[in-house]
Parts: sequence; C-alpha cells; structure tokens
Amino acid sequence: MYYTQAGRHFTSYSSDSRLIPFAEDRILLAAIFAFGLFVLPFTASDYWLSGILIPWLCLSLVALGQNILMGYAGQLSLGSAGFMAAGAFACYNFELRLEWMPFPVSLLLSGLVAAAIGVLFGLPSLRVRGLYLAVATLASQFFIVWVIDKFGWFKNYDSSGIITAQDIVILGYEFTTPAEMYVVVLIIVALLTWLAMNMAKGSIGRNWMAVRDMDVAAEAMGLSLLRTKLQAFAISSFYCGVGGALFAFTFLQSVEPVAFDILLSFRILFMVIIGGLGTIIGAYLGSGFILLLPIFLNIFFHAVVGDAIDATIISAFEQVIFGVMMILFMIYQPLGMARILENTLERLRAWPFRR
Amino acid sequence: MDPEILFFLEVLIGGLLAGIMYSLVALGFVLIYKASSVFNFAQGAMVFFAVLSFVGFMELGLHFWLALPVTIALMILVGMATERLVLRPLVNQSDDTLLMATIGLAFVLEGLAQMAWGVEVRRLDLGIPDVPMMWFADLTDIFVSTLDVVAGVVAGVMVAALALLFSKTKIGLGLRAVADSHAAAQSIGIPLKHIWMMVWATAGIVALAAGMLWGARSGVQFALVFLALKALPVLIIGGFTSVPGVIVAGLIVGASEKLAEVYIGPFFGGGIEGWAPYMLAVLFLMFRPEGLFGEKLIRRV
Repeated sequence: MYYTQAGRHFTSYSSDSRLIPFAEDRILLAAIFAFGLFVLPFTASDYWLSGILIPWLCLSLVALGQNILMGYAGQLSLGSAGFMAAGAFACYNFELRLEWMPFPVSLLLSGLVAAAIGVLFGLPSLRVRGLYLAVATLASQFFIVWVIDKFGWFKNYDSSGIITAQDIVILGYEFTTPAEMYVVVLIIVALLTWLAMNMAKGSIGRNWMAVRDMDVAAEAMGLSLLRTKLQAFAISSFYCGVGGALFAFTFLQSVEPVAFDILLSFRILFMVIIGGLGTIIGAYLGSGFILLLPIFLNIFFHAVVGDAIDATIISAFEQVIFGVMMILFMIYQPLGMARILENTLERLRAWPFRR
Repeated sequence: MDPEILFFLEVLIGGLLAGIMYSLVALGFVLIYKASSVFNFAQGAMVFFAVLSFVGFMELGLHFWLALPVTIALMILVGMATERLVLRPLVNQSDDTLLMATIGLAFVLEGLAQMAWGVEVRRLDLGIPDVPMMWFADLTDIFVSTLDVVAGVVAGVMVAALALLFSKTKIGLGLRAVADSHAAAQSIGIPLKHIWMMVWATAGIVALAAGMLWGARSGVQFALVFLALKALPVLIIGGFTSVPGVIVAGLIVGASEKLAEVYIGPFFGGGIEGWAPYMLAVLFLMFRPEGLFGEKLIRRV
C-alpha cells in the first residue's frame, strides 16, 4: 500500500469520526474525481464516454441503491428495474408537462416518485423477509412495467410505445454531446455517492445494519422496524429512480418500458453480489464487471473464432459465465470483489516483509 | 344452461387446469425446499433445460421413448452435479446465500441449454391434441382441452406419489429431518449427499414432466423460464412446505388469474395476467405470511 496506518492515532473525536479518516485516502479520491471531471471528458473517445462510462456510472448508482436495500438493510429485492422505470418515466413526464422545470429538479422529483412507490411496495417487508419479500418485490417489478406499458399517458400517447428523452438543459445550457452528458452524470453520481457514504457511516446506516443482522434483536433494543425498513426502501428506490432516469436520459435516450424488465433487475442483483454486499465501492466494481464482461467476451470470441460465431451463442455463454461467477463468489468470497480488493491492499501493506 | 354461466364455467375450468400446470412447476420447488430448505430458484431453468434437451434429443433422431429415458438420465446427472459442485461447498450457509447460488445455477442451466440446442422456438408434439374434448362438449356444452386434462392427471399422480414418499417412507423422514437442520441430520447419520442428490434428481424429473406439458402447450422456448416464475406466487399462497398446498394454490392462482383477465382485464386494456398472481401473493403475505398450509415459523433471538 502507498502509506501505512500503523502508529497513527486520532486525537479528537471529529478526526476519528470523519467520513474518510486518512488524508491519503481523501487525496486519492479527490484525484480520481478530478481525473474523471477534468481529464476524461476531453481525452476519452465518444464510444468510451457514451458506451461505457455513462452506463457504468448510471448502473453503479442503481447498484448502490440495490446495495443499500440488500447489503445494508438486508432486504432481498428483485424489483430494482421497476423502480428504475418509475424514475425514468417520471422524469420524462416532468420534463414534458412542466417545461419550465430545471432538469436537476425533475431528476430529484422523479427520485422522490420512485421512493414513494418503493415505500408502497416495501410495506410487505414489515411482515415477511428473505425469499417471501423477493416474491413481493417481483410483484412491483411486473406491476410497474405493466402500468407504464398499458397506460398511454405515461408515454404521451406515443403510438410506438417508445419515448424519446428530452435534451438535458441546466441554466439555459444544453448538454447534448457525450462529454457534456458524462459530466452531468458524473457530478450527480458523485454527489449521491458521497451522501450514501455518509448515511452508511452514520446512525441511519447503523440502524440498517442492526436490522439486517437480527431484526428481532434490533426491535428489542428500541429500533423502529417500520421506520428503518421503509426508510431503506425509500432511499434505495430513490437511488434506483435517479439512476434509472439518468440511464434513460443519457444512455438509452429512446426508452421503452420493456427495457426495464426482470433481466435488468437480475443484472443489478449480480452487480451487487459480485461487487460486494454492504460496501459502497462494491457497487462500482460490480457494475463495471457486469458491463465489461460481455464486451470482453465479444472481443475474445471474435479474436479466437473469427466472425463465424453466432451472437446468440455468445450471449448464452455470457449467461453461463455470469452464473458460474455467481456460484463461485457465493462459495469462495460471499463478500464479493470489494473484499478481494480489501484483502489485496491488506497484503500489500505488509508486502516486502511477509509473503 | 345460461350462456353466461357456461362461459364463466369454461373460464374457471380452463384456469383451474392451467393452475395445475403451475402446480407441477411449483412441486419441484417444494420438493427441494422440504428436503434441504434451499429455495431452488433454478427450478424454472431446469424446466427449460429438461424439455429443450428432450426436444433436442428427438431432433437428433432419437425416438420419443428413447429420448425420454436419455433426458431423465441427463436430469439425474444435472442433479448430481448440482449437489457436488454447488450445494456441498455451501452446506450450513445461510438460506439467502443458497438462494443466490441457485440464481447463479439458473443462469448456468439456461445458458448451457441454449448453447447446446440453439435459441429458436421448438414445437413439441406429445400426441395429445390441444383441442377441446368433443364428447365432453356435447355432453355439457363446456369446452375443455384434452391436454389440460392430461396435465391435471399427471400432476395429480405426481403429487400423490410425492406426498406418500414424504409421509410414509424412511427416505421421506430423512428428507424432512435434513430440511429442519443440515447439521443435526448429519450428526445422527443421515447421508446428506445421497439425500440431496436424490431430491435434485427427482426435482429434475418433475421439471421434465412440467416442461413437456408446457412445451406442448406454448412451444419450447425461453419464455418457459418466466412461466416458471409464476410458480412463486403459487408457493407463497400454498406455503413452502406443503405438497397438497401447492395443488390448492395452483388452482387458486390459475382460476383467479384467468377470471381476472376475462372479467377485470378489459377495464385496463388486458394483460393483467402478468402480475395478478403476484399481487394475490402479496395480499396473502400481508394477512397469512405462512401460506394456506405452511408451517408457522417462530423466530427466536
């Protein structure tokens, strides 16, 4: 590791309870953010920006939402794509019907809409847990997509059933090129990540973890299960909704409700599990992995077998790889890539002196 | 009889028989859940894998009666491999971990089946016509498909056999012990490995039966995986551990889904079949989380 933590003691409560206790970590994170904000938009190609970086950031945000619910609060949910759809279509309608509304406000409101729906579908979590809850959230997944698909109002009565996302306008400036949209996404995602880190470290996050580890015990200690669980559902759906709206506005751009089907929910579930349950960085690692793996497989197959291979075979193979990864992670590292990273850093710290 | 009542009866019977097909899928879930307290999310994938392989073998030129044992053997192999590669390393892990591992398994099975046999939609002809039974229609004016009736009979026989297996045999006793606690069952000498292998193989065969009936009805295609998801509300309503509960719940889900589609659906422009069973399940969860016949769980700190 690039610095050592040994022998460094905090001398005040405020320094001990800082969000990121070590100055080196703060500098590193700030450097990564600055690199993403000031270097990448000018150097990365349009393909990289709009094909990889933008969806990666959007899906990381959704995975973060799923991770809040699943990894921190311990409520298994299979409905994240439904909440994404709610956010995306809410944002479209705010922009469509209230033209004067600035884009960030629409985004915030669409997140709140998704949060309200999330609370509604989170109600069963007060009675049931684990698998039963997963089925209840499946109901939300199918129901939300059906409602948007069935009622033309949500799509402005478009005959094809596909909406075209409006341009992003903030303070009169139109963000239309990939680099501009990437900057918008990056700033919003960074802000919400910072917020999530705070929540995870603060009392809200500790309440979630208490409920996750043993809900009966948490209740016996005076924690309101009702509030904590619904709070987790609301915040998680808020993240999914904002992520879904960004995904629709900056990546998909022409959006149909079935784009948010159950398979997307499963992909987000995989991101969280492979990335690492109950970690912030896991959402980023997992979504990067799930997003890049198909691209790598494609390149690999084309390099090895040429163009003769059928695209359906590749996607079937991709499924097998996803499944095998999932099982392997469950067996060997249930805490995901975040833990592997942590272990590696831990080893590096003592590196020259211990194998 | 009054045509409206006849129509109602027809929809009801059609729904009930479709519900039995859900029960058949759900049966596989219950089997594995009862024997290992693993919720096997891959049951739907197993249905798809089994019937696609069956059709694939028949396309290779095998006769129906030859392809059947070959597919059964394949499903037994899949069951054994699952036990060896997925379940054994995860003994004594939490239920959620096991559930997620089976989600992974579902993806593996779906991917493998498509890699081996391709993705196009296949027709499966069982020699049972999916047309109304005319003699029954002449008798009562109600149209009921022969295939549906056969499915009902198959499901009934399987359920009866499995119920007997669980309640009357030594193996069944062992299965129930394992379901209660892996560790306790192992410590009194119940061979966990064999029990699990057997259960997964049986679930594979049940999946094949369900897949053949569904495949004959709606074609052998990837959408079967989603049909199998409909077995989840059936399970919730019936209770996870009850074999008869699955049948009753399947009937409820099938009937309510079809009746809702016909009588409530038009007000919303149709398509409510897709989520109505799940909503029903959510309602059940609110008032009776353990389902109709499930065991009530008491949680201790």
